[in-house]
Amino acid sequence: MFTSLRCLAVTLTTILFPVATVAAGEFIVLQSTTSTQNSGLYEHLLPGFEKKTGIQVRVVAVGTGQAIKNAGNCDGDLLLVHAKAAEEAFVAEGGGKQRRDVMYNDFVLVGPSADPAEIGGSAQIGDALQRIAHSRAAFASRGDDSGTHKKELALWNGIGVDPQAHSGSWYRETGSGMGATLNVAVGMDAYVLTDRATWISFGNQADHRILVEGDPALFNQYGVVTIDPAHCPNVKEAAAERFVEWLLGPEGQAAIAGFRLDGQQLFHPNAKNGGS
Amino acid sequence: MQDFAASFFEAFRLVLGLDPGLIEIVLLSLKVSMTAVFIATIIGLPLGAFLAVTRFPGRGIVIVTVTALMGLPPVVVGLVVYMLLSNAGALGPLQLLYTPTAMIIAQTVLVVPIIAALARQTLEDLNGEYRDQLMLFGLGSLARLRTLLWEGRYSLMTALLAGFGRAVAEVGAVIIVGGNINHVTRVMTTAIALETSKGNLALALGLGLILVIIAFAVNALVFLLRAAAERSAYA
Repeated sequence: MFTSLRCLAVTLTTILFPVATVAAGEFIVLQSTTSTQNSGLYEHLLPGFEKKTGIQVRVVAVGTGQAIKNAGNCDGDLLLVHAKAAEEAFVAEGGGKQRRDVMYNDFVLVGPSADPAEIGGSAQIGDALQRIAHSRAAFASRGDDSGTHKKELALWNGIGVDPQAHSGSWYRETGSGMGATLNVAVGMDAYVLTDRATWISFGNQADHRILVEGDPALFNQYGVVTIDPAHCPNVKEAAAERFVEWLLGPEGQAAIAGFRLDGQQLFHPNAKNGGS
Repeated sequence: MQDFAASFFEAFRLVLGLDPGLIEIVLLSLKVSMTAVFIATIIGLPLGAFLAVTRFPGRGIVIVTVTALMGLPPVVVGLVVYMLLSNAGALGPLQLLYTPTAMIIAQTVLVVPIIAALARQTLEDLNGEYRDQLMLFGLGSLARLRTLLWEGRYSLMTALLAGFGRAVAEVGAVIIVGGNINHVTRVMTTAIALETSKGNLALALGLGLILVIIAFAVNALVFLLRAAAERSAYA
């Protein structure tokens, strides 16, 4: 049954997409995050690699939680996300083969310039969150098990506040991607935690601005995880490994450092051993 | 709202500049949705016709089910098709996830109930109207069905357009099974969702305007074809 279905599918694809079928060479599917895609990083990064190797990198951008889930279902050849603990757990559980650092940037706390909770200029993110909780000022949370959401929950946990107990009042869980959550925060004058790259490239900042930044607790590490072929026999291991080597090597790292928007560098390369 | 003015400007800029990225996305949208409607017609029309002219126990339940499925949430269809096509799913070996074919499958599932339910109603009404005459002519059931399909062709065309409208406008299913991959599975609705999440509201709305214009153009084309057909029929 599979063979006949496959024949039908192939025939359909060839009839309907003759151009795409001819043009599609080798490709890998990269499960990644909305923050990297929304910033435009991949448009800057990928052409160099694709030109050099002829391997097309197809990016599926979802939250980190969903990206890891998709990779666990063997629907990706590589993961590039930002939740180190979850990435290491994925490797420990046998889905991932190896996790390596790629780059970092930082999270920032964004809010209305009127700043009702008076957190502007706080050096400590914990203080700022404490004041938001006390003043019950609106706070928009991703609420979607993404890397940013995990980070935000860890920060609340660090000051002993359980914001989810206030879900629906001042704490508002959007259950959406970073950009959608920023749109919500702008719309309801809420505070929101975001990675800096998404914020800088975000086109609908309106009256919102960065209020807290620079606390070491806001560090945001991105990692790349290869998929274990023992878990996913269909994974394109060689092509994925080539991309990882390029990304962690001098060329990829320089390309990451060279991605600037409004004169600001959005991601800082920090691969440990330069790949190959 | 300056965003509205800006979105018109963006739409004009994209259309007049014949933005190659835009053309690619528009063509893929049309290809995916029209193919889905085509396949859904092949499945839905006979199903609707069968339900219209036959009587069998449980027919009422089948009709209610098909009609209710017109309200299938796209995101649920996307999720189910994802789970089937995923490498962890039953149809994983086909390697269709994150391809336009996966998007066609999802949209076909969404459109079949619309075409089947609307065709059923149209053909059943016609059948009630013409049954005695058709019997009088002594036509076989296949010939009767052919006559009904021909007599109901304009209403059936509207059913197909309703299906096309549903397919071309939905985002929930195609973003899950297609993955919104640039140059591979990005269509109008997923591009609009992406630009919205980037905060580029004017560009997103501009793309939305273009999508509405495309839907208008498709419907206008069908309208003109119908008018021409009617003229030649009476000529």
